[in-house]
Amino acid sequence: MEKGARHALIGPNGAGKTTFINLLTGVLRPTAGRIFLEGRDITDTLPHERVRLGMARTFQINQLFLDLTPLESIGLVVSERLGSGADWWRVIGTKSAVTDEIVEIIERFHLADVMLDRVAVLPYGKQRLLEIALAFACRPRLLLLDEPAAGVPEAERHELLATIEALPAEVTVLLIEHDMDLVFSFADRISVLVNGALFVDGAPDEVARDPRVKAVYLGEEVHA
Amino acid sequence: MTSAAANEVAAYLKRRARWSPLEIAFWVFAFATIWLFPGKYLILKDTAILALFALSLDLILGYAGIISLGQAAFFGLAGYFSGLVAKYGIINEPLLALIASGLAAAALGFVTSFLVLRGSDLTRLMVTLGVSLMLGEVANRYSNITGGADGLQGVDIQPILGRFRFDLYGHNGYVYCLIVLFICFVLARRVVYSPFGLSLRAVKGNPLRAAAIGIPVKWRLVAVYTFSAGLAGLAGALLTQTTAFCSLDVFSLDRSADLLLVLIIGGTGYLYGGLIGAVIYKLLQDWIANLTPQYWQFWIGLVLVVIVLAGRERMQGWIAAARGALEDATARVAARPAKFASDRQ
Repeated sequence: MEKGARHALIGPNGAGKTTFINLLTGVLRPTAGRIFLEGRDITDTLPHERVRLGMARTFQINQLFLDLTPLESIGLVVSERLGSGADWWRVIGTKSAVTDEIVEIIERFHLADVMLDRVAVLPYGKQRLLEIALAFACRPRLLLLDEPAAGVPEAERHELLATIEALPAEVTVLLIEHDMDLVFSFADRISVLVNGALFVDGAPDEVARDPRVKAVYLGEEVHA
Repeated sequence: MTSAAANEVAAYLKRRARWSPLEIAFWVFAFATIWLFPGKYLILKDTAILALFALSLDLILGYAGIISLGQAAFFGLAGYFSGLVAKYGIINEPLLALIASGLAAAALGFVTSFLVLRGSDLTRLMVTLGVSLMLGEVANRYSNITGGADGLQGVDIQPILGRFRFDLYGHNGYVYCLIVLFICFVLARRVVYSPFGLSLRAVKGNPLRAAAIGIPVKWRLVAVYTFSAGLAGLAGALLTQTTAFCSLDVFSLDRSADLLLVLIIGGTGYLYGGLIGAVIYKLLQDWIANLTPQYWQFWIGLVLVVIVLAGRERMQGWIAAARGALEDATARVAARPAKFASDRQ
């Protein structure tokens, strides 16, 4: 993938999209093949170390810290990344670099009005935004979004899509999504995965015109 | 605009860690007991030690989500350690011996922490229990050193800092325990409000995500388990130093189980649970033991069952409801004369 790319990975259910992300991030180990990040072999690197190397992900099903507030969650990620995560003496919030960055992320992800609520009681759309915000707070150069719009009600959808489209250009994004509107408005390149193998790869209009893709994927969607 | 929001965020984060008036009142009262209850030093001292011990479990259970039935391993190891260094005159000054004992317990905690990193709650219960049982039997086996079933005798504790002798009434002993408890509490409080403490709550809440945002989950758990073991060790050493005696029951399962009981009574994850739980537990024990010396554990058991079945949140709900009803009643009583007056018109 190119730096700054907006790449979408699509495919029918069970094609192996999430498995692919689990392999990239180190949740699963590959049985064959190697994984490279910016030319560096990270196949044997632990998940939390890959985050430090500049790769962060979101989850298809929210993986949040339900007992914390959005402010605490984001503060946690930021202080972790700035290297004070093991600091057991300083009180959080005394470093202005940390607070400035927390504020920037909270505003970017429209979480200011709920930042002091427990995550467990947030509306689903806000939880989805926080899900991306936590990954973004790792300041990744490669951001992996696993179905960010899944299950978000129509009323909260617009805010989420706008936020995703407003991600800074220097962050490379790999998007997994079933929502074709989002995929085609967002991606500058699309790969189609079927049964765990790369099926078609190309620019959005090429992929949309490809008859094989229509047959296995888009066609299914229309009929379904 | 951004700077105003930044100030708000910074202020909120700092406010989280500020001492509330209730906390200050709690500690003022705790130190006031030195003058308020001069005849009760022994039970007060036992309560302070139990509170410190419970604090150590709360750190791993309430913050990192590690359940343990083996805190007695650290309590007991440090108990014997402090007794032996005093008996053989290796470290005569009690404060130094206390610190050395805590470090010894922390070292054991570090080594055994790798056993509790993986696995479910049940495996953690069994592994921690197993470690404390093994240590208890080791102490039993080497009775030539530990005194075995007779306990460690002939321990002579020197005055603290060469000045404060452990007196018969237990005054100095209690003050000593209370100060150590307070210092440990301040330390633990500082830790849980630090970025490190926040990351522990994240690990407890969702280890998968914690790793996905770059937290080295394993090392955080090792660190907190080691710290917790050190605090448990300090509690054990305090017991030996204030009683000038140490017996095999420092390793007993009862001791670890009582500790869970204390935290169930007091609640976990806010640091005061262990302290409040220890006070309630000791008061209950003392009160019931006076009523029925032989069967006091029956009533402790009953209290436990009620607390667990009712659930803390529901009990807090009852208390809130009772308070609401009381306020309603007083409001109605206050409103009644006016109503009568209007009826008469």
